[in-house]
Amino acid sequence: MGTMMKALFGLAVMAVAPMVYSAGVDVAAPAEKVTNWSAIAMFVLFVAGTLYITYWAAQRTKSAKDFYAAGGGITGLQNGLAIAGDYMSAASFLGITGMVYLKGYDGLIFAIGFLVGWPIILFLMSERLRNLGKYTFADVAAYRFKQTPIRVLAAFGGVAVVILYLIAQMVGAGKLIELLFGLDFNYAVVLVGVLIIAYVSFGGMLATTWVQIIKAVLLLSGSTFIAIAVMYQMGFSFETLFKTAVENRGNNMDILYSGGFVSDPINAISLGIALMFGTAGLPHILMRFFTVPDAKEARKSVFYATGFIGYFYILAFIIGFGAIALVVSAEYMDGTKLIGGNNMAAIHLSHVVGGDFFLGFISAVAFATILAVVSGLTLAGASALSHDIYANVINPNATEEQETKIAKMATLVIGGLAILFGIGFKDQNIAFVVALAFTIAASANFPVLIMSMFWSGMTTRGAVIGGWLGLISAVVMVVLGPVVWTQILQMGEAIVPYKFPALFTVIIAFVGIWFFSITDKSARAKEDKEGFEAQFIRSQTGIGAEGASSH
Amino acid sequence: MDQTKIEKIKSLPQYDQLVRERSSLAWKLSIAMLVVYYGYILLLAFDPAFFTTIVAGNYISIGFPLGVGIIIFAFLLTGYYVKKANADFDELTAQIKKEVE
Repeated sequence: MGTMMKALFGLAVMAVAPMVYSAGVDVAAPAEKVTNWSAIAMFVLFVAGTLYITYWAAQRTKSAKDFYAAGGGITGLQNGLAIAGDYMSAASFLGITGMVYLKGYDGLIFAIGFLVGWPIILFLMSERLRNLGKYTFADVAAYRFKQTPIRVLAAFGGVAVVILYLIAQMVGAGKLIELLFGLDFNYAVVLVGVLIIAYVSFGGMLATTWVQIIKAVLLLSGSTFIAIAVMYQMGFSFETLFKTAVENRGNNMDILYSGGFVSDPINAISLGIALMFGTAGLPHILMRFFTVPDAKEARKSVFYATGFIGYFYILAFIIGFGAIALVVSAEYMDGTKLIGGNNMAAIHLSHVVGGDFFLGFISAVAFATILAVVSGLTLAGASALSHDIYANVINPNATEEQETKIAKMATLVIGGLAILFGIGFKDQNIAFVVALAFTIAASANFPVLIMSMFWSGMTTRGAVIGGWLGLISAVVMVVLGPVVWTQILQMGEAIVPYKFPALFTVIIAFVGIWFFSITDKSARAKEDKEGFEAQFIRSQTGIGAEGASSH
Repeated sequence: MDQTKIEKIKSLPQYDQLVRERSSLAWKLSIAMLVVYYGYILLLAFDPAFFTTIVAGNYISIGFPLGVGIIIFAFLLTGYYVKKANADFDELTAQIKKEVE
């Protein structure tokens, strides 16, 4: 299980294996220099293009609504691509292909777990979110409740998830860039930080969305090309692909079956809950529902996103098997292992099927992916600080100009923190951060959000106590789990034997919300319950919802 | 939204129909997705031998069509919901808006 997770959140692996990096440096033989230049040229092209988009977006980003929600003028298809882009991070591209390369069929099981949350989000959440929300998911969670305590809880949960995710992305980015471009880790991290601050603070959500769309299109096209090239070499026969792969693994058929990945049902179900409900509690994904004009476009976004993400995972599966079948030449191997580790499987395969030029393209796409995902995270974190904390708690009378100004300052702060954390966590074991981010999202953000929309009996007290219980139990159980307790703190056998304790922490949050709501007899509780009807009607019909801006 | 508007919307037969049909469809499809996904996970956990079945040629095991099938199933479910919502729910919503605005 431990190795499985590392393989998935692949970039983390590079962080915990310094030998991986030194192996990567060895690649910088003369023959590889050409590759680096084509990668750098394509990356510079991408950066120039996205900076132009930022300039263009900056002209159109005037109001708070423009900054947070791209004026509400993104179409369903565009938003579907952007959501898919947020989901198809470098970790999932390199990690899932790397995991299929390592384990074969088990990689597909993981990919499916990441996908199946999306239909549920569509059926139960997307339209309601759009009808109720404005800029952040806290707008929905706090809709009929006392604003301050719920906003503080939601902002805390949101910023915690963003920071944890940022640590994983920034450390991964630094390692990946060091490996692919030969740029020093610290420079790489600063470069990423400066670019995303520019995108977000000048171009707001409009620039962030378009950077994400372009990257999603590049990543989908690049992956499609690799997968078609693999199938071409295999005579478009899966039989030949699997046969070649099995032969390369010493005729061991195990890669065609599940290798006991879900031998422990509780672990498997807990992981499934973390992935499914965690996805529905990620602030940078949720805020995308406020960028479309109405509920109809919100629902179309999820349809397109599910299609793109599902297609991408099928490609990743073909790419992983293609790497087993085709990445066999000694130039990619360091002994019996891949140069740079399993997570470089897709990168090496791109060189096998497309030569130096295509390797450069895929490397540039991997870097672009990190930039795009980090931008989305930074905007989500900045929105939580400026919209939820500043404009709703500290200064409820703030003008739009003041709020937008604070949002830009918050962008600088989050971007600066991303740089500091990226450098600070460079040599740390960060394998736990993504598990923790998903567990917090599933056990603090998601329960409060979903119950606020579905349960008329929820009160401010129930939401606050249940939400904090979920958040605290998520942190405590991850710390007592196998990664932090056993691997990092070296305290021996884990007290909580689950890497994703979401099954337990989600139940704690829901029971907490339920119990402290039904026992709440305060005047505020009465007000909270009475507000449900108006909220429910708006969530169903969109009457009174925030519309698109005029431009 | 004031109380008279709330009462007005609640009294509309279209509103009743919208809430009833959409909730029913959303829950049915959600349960279908959960049953398929957790059924797959439980099958993996309790009957791993099932996954060694070869269904085509000598190398294509049952897990491949099954796994890809779940991905396609998820996509088709979302497509079905969107089609149904575009055809029926938007029409009902438009009627409700017309009545009260």
